[in-house]
Amino acid sequence: MVSLIVFIPLLTAFFLLTLNKNAGELIRRTAFGASLLTFFISLGLFTGFDSETAAFQFVERYAWIREFRIEYSVGVDGISLFLVLLTTFLSPLVILSTWSSVKHRVREYLFFFLILETGMIGTFVAVDVFLFYVFWEVMLIPMYFLIGVWGGERRIYAALKFLLYTMVGSLLMLVAILYLASLHHTQYGTLTFDLLRLYTLEIPVNAQMWLFAAFALSFAIKVPLFPFHTWLPDAHVEAPTGGSVILAGVLLKMGTYGFLRFALPLFPDAAHAAAPLIMALSVVGIVYGALVALVQPDMKKLIAYSSVSHLGFVMLGLFAFNIQGVEGALYQMLGHGLSTGALFLLVGVVYERRHTRLISEYGGLWKQLPLFASVFLITMLSSIGLPGLNGFVGEFLILLGTFQANTLVGAVAVSGVVLGAVYMLRLYQRVVFGPLMQPENANLTDLSRRELAIFVPLIALMLLMGLYPKPFLSRMEKSVEATLARIHKEAAPSTHAMADLTRSRPVLSESVTSE
Amino acid sequence: MDMTLPAVNWLSVLPTLLLSATGMLALFWDIWIKDDERSLLGWLSLTGIAVTALCSWLLWGQNDVVSFSGMFALDAYALFFNLVFCLVAGLTVLMSLSYLETAEIRHGEYYALILFATVGMTVMAAATDLIFIFLGLETMSIAVYVLAGIWRQHLTSHEAALKYFLLGAFASGFLLYGIALIYGATGSVQLGPIAEHVGTQGSSPLLLLGMGLLIVGFGFKVAAVPFHVWTPDVYQGSPTTVTAFMAVGVKAAAFAAFARIFLHTLGAVHADWQGILWVVAALTMTVGNVTALVQHNIKRMLAYSSIAHAGYLLVAMVAGSDVGGAALLYYLVAYGLMNLGAFGVMVAVGRRGEPHEELDDYAGLGFRYPALGMAMTVFMLSLTGVPPLVGFTGKFYIFSAAVQAGYLWLAVIGALNSVVSAYYYIRVVVNMYMREGGAIVELPSLRSALGVAILIAAIGTVLMGVFPSASMSLAGASFLSLG
Repeated sequence: MVSLIVFIPLLTAFFLLTLNKNAGELIRRTAFGASLLTFFISLGLFTGFDSETAAFQFVERYAWIREFRIEYSVGVDGISLFLVLLTTFLSPLVILSTWSSVKHRVREYLFFFLILETGMIGTFVAVDVFLFYVFWEVMLIPMYFLIGVWGGERRIYAALKFLLYTMVGSLLMLVAILYLASLHHTQYGTLTFDLLRLYTLEIPVNAQMWLFAAFALSFAIKVPLFPFHTWLPDAHVEAPTGGSVILAGVLLKMGTYGFLRFALPLFPDAAHAAAPLIMALSVVGIVYGALVALVQPDMKKLIAYSSVSHLGFVMLGLFAFNIQGVEGALYQMLGHGLSTGALFLLVGVVYERRHTRLISEYGGLWKQLPLFASVFLITMLSSIGLPGLNGFVGEFLILLGTFQANTLVGAVAVSGVVLGAVYMLRLYQRVVFGPLMQPENANLTDLSRRELAIFVPLIALMLLMGLYPKPFLSRMEKSVEATLARIHKEAAPSTHAMADLTRSRPVLSESVTSE
Repeated sequence: MDMTLPAVNWLSVLPTLLLSATGMLALFWDIWIKDDERSLLGWLSLTGIAVTALCSWLLWGQNDVVSFSGMFALDAYALFFNLVFCLVAGLTVLMSLSYLETAEIRHGEYYALILFATVGMTVMAAATDLIFIFLGLETMSIAVYVLAGIWRQHLTSHEAALKYFLLGAFASGFLLYGIALIYGATGSVQLGPIAEHVGTQGSSPLLLLGMGLLIVGFGFKVAAVPFHVWTPDVYQGSPTTVTAFMAVGVKAAAFAAFARIFLHTLGAVHADWQGILWVVAALTMTVGNVTALVQHNIKRMLAYSSIAHAGYLLVAMVAGSDVGGAALLYYLVAYGLMNLGAFGVMVAVGRRGEPHEELDDYAGLGFRYPALGMAMTVFMLSLTGVPPLVGFTGKFYIFSAAVQAGYLWLAVIGALNSVVSAYYYIRVVVNMYMREGGAIVELPSLRSALGVAILIAAIGTVLMGVFPSASMSLAGASFLSLG
């Protein structure tokens, strides 16, 4: 099932190339249908998920490159499950938005977009580190094309910056991965790229520092952690709407996911040593991102900087190394994906009508666009973390975890929440309230039925996640506990988390013997 | 005086003989052939190459391979390289069928020279005697010197030939001197006895000097820094198909002999040469990539890129061991496919009198000619090392060998170099898809042979990247056949 979810978009992408490039409607429908199908299949992961175990579920394993004992092995656990769902959920919505946002070279746009979807899902479900790396890199290329071909004025600059930044990090990570595999060769006599087996390595602390640095750099650029964030505003501003949504909604989460899945449990000692530094950088990012967002005249740039701030929270939660912090971080990753994705789509809505993203060009839209204003209101409130909406649960858990880990950091982080409310409310006020300043805005049309179809699922999910977080949190719990047990390797792990660890073994040994 | 013919195992030289015979046939046929039927020579050469490849494939696994009193060994290693050379020569001929016409090169010797150069390459890969290796090297080089200058209408081609010849002759001198010193140090020019001597006696100053001179000689042929300065001018001036042939074939042949001598014969004293090769490899990658950054002519950019790739290949040499050797072989195939493909696209974009080699000429190409654009994108991304293309698996193999052998820093330098290279390879893609205009108004419909060549290269680049296992085990087995 997991492979289906990964490869349906890819196969559809190549199928699109066989269609006549002028058949825009057919191409759009095909792509939309395929991504919707992918989403429905991925719902099966949610319903069939066993929340009593931390082991990978729906596992598929095949030998791939025998010389290196590399396997095609995929599966989901409580950490990756929701990120896969987030991806498959956002993708059809983005494709739905292309009806009005992409006018030329539709076939090529959707071709790259569907490859991107495959890359993203693959990154989340890969259990083999080599496979993870392949998807991680594959994803870069379509994103690069989306920004570079369909982007704004300075698109080439932004696309190249995005590509080179990400590549610097990932190639060093490749060397670190190779080192891990060869360390396994020294300790156990065989190469392996299987994550679960790499978890069992005894890595000298000194080596851990270097390896952690290589992984962390790669992920920190992606997150982006201050001061590696400078590619993000450029990429966001220049990217087309769909690109921005995916960039903010999913791509940034790959960085935080990478920390949680690889950097922290593989190198626990180094992670503990680096935690003060990373927490400090996260807090700086939270405050800095919020302050810079405050003064942006461009809506997209404002949201881009707000992402820097929000992702700072996620990083804080992860490095709190406790269950509240990490679950909050995961929840916030999903919440941010929904709310920021929706914000970029909303900017896209008005941009398509007015062809400007400057806040000063708007004002008083409430009267003309009541539906737009309502959707914007809920999204904005979700973004600043109003109780009852998804943003609150994540932020609350993160702060709870952070205060347990470090009171001072928690206190500074709270100021980020306040600042977040300030810049978001100001944005909303200047765009929606007040008198209608620009005469061009008098004739704007409200959300169309297609646009409503995009926003209604988003809003519904924001409410659901805000009011009833249990089905989400309960599925995360075991996996998060197991990961925390790996991070606290030296401290005595809680007993049932240990049981999960041992339970995940049989899955592994079974398939090894069956080879 | 009694002369007895040595008992020769003709089977072991069969591929070499087949290529020679085809070459001579092409040369003689050229005397009678009509001008407008000259492409038949190309098809003849292609047939000869295909038969040679088939024969090399069938000979795989033969045990009785040594002949000429131990001077020649058609082991799996040599057969692997024979297949590589046949692939390179075959794709070059396929591309030449259309290129010779647009470039207005009307010399029948062209195909014969390609074949003779390939003969030299097969000798280099199979020879187990330093003098024999030298013979192969010269056979190959002289043919390629002529090929570099065969574009008589162009002064740059003359310049390329002369430069290549003068510096090549110089490098041959170094190589020969190195051979002489090694003979002095070990008392033999045959690889077997040399290995034996080195294994028991270790190294000596004379041997060190000999190895140093060999490194200079081979360094020149593979275009390693600091022996690379001829490369950009020669590559840019030569006809594009010849450039492709040089960049891939000559490099592969030089590495075949280089690796056989150093990794196998001189393997016992690897500590003595690994240090210097480490430095050469790091320099070659860095200088090649950094210089390529500022090129606007794609042919020249690919010349510098070929220097950089020689650097990656040298990393595999430094890593040594079975993994390093296998990685070297695998990467040579990878490099051959993607580089030949890139040159193939260059041939397709060029037109009579307008070579269209500048970066700006590629503006907007991608959307106007989707298939060609996609192929070029695949080659450029593969050269950068983006998964799941063969350039990535190749680099992965090499870096993995380096890390396992403990050369972590060399792997890091290599990884950072890949980032640098991303900039200039991606620039081609940027021009093809993200800029409008471009000098090209119409593309001559792809000649079918050229199209086939590009297609083979593209499919190989993708398939060998996604399913690398088969070719990896082939490369591994070939290297292990050295014993």
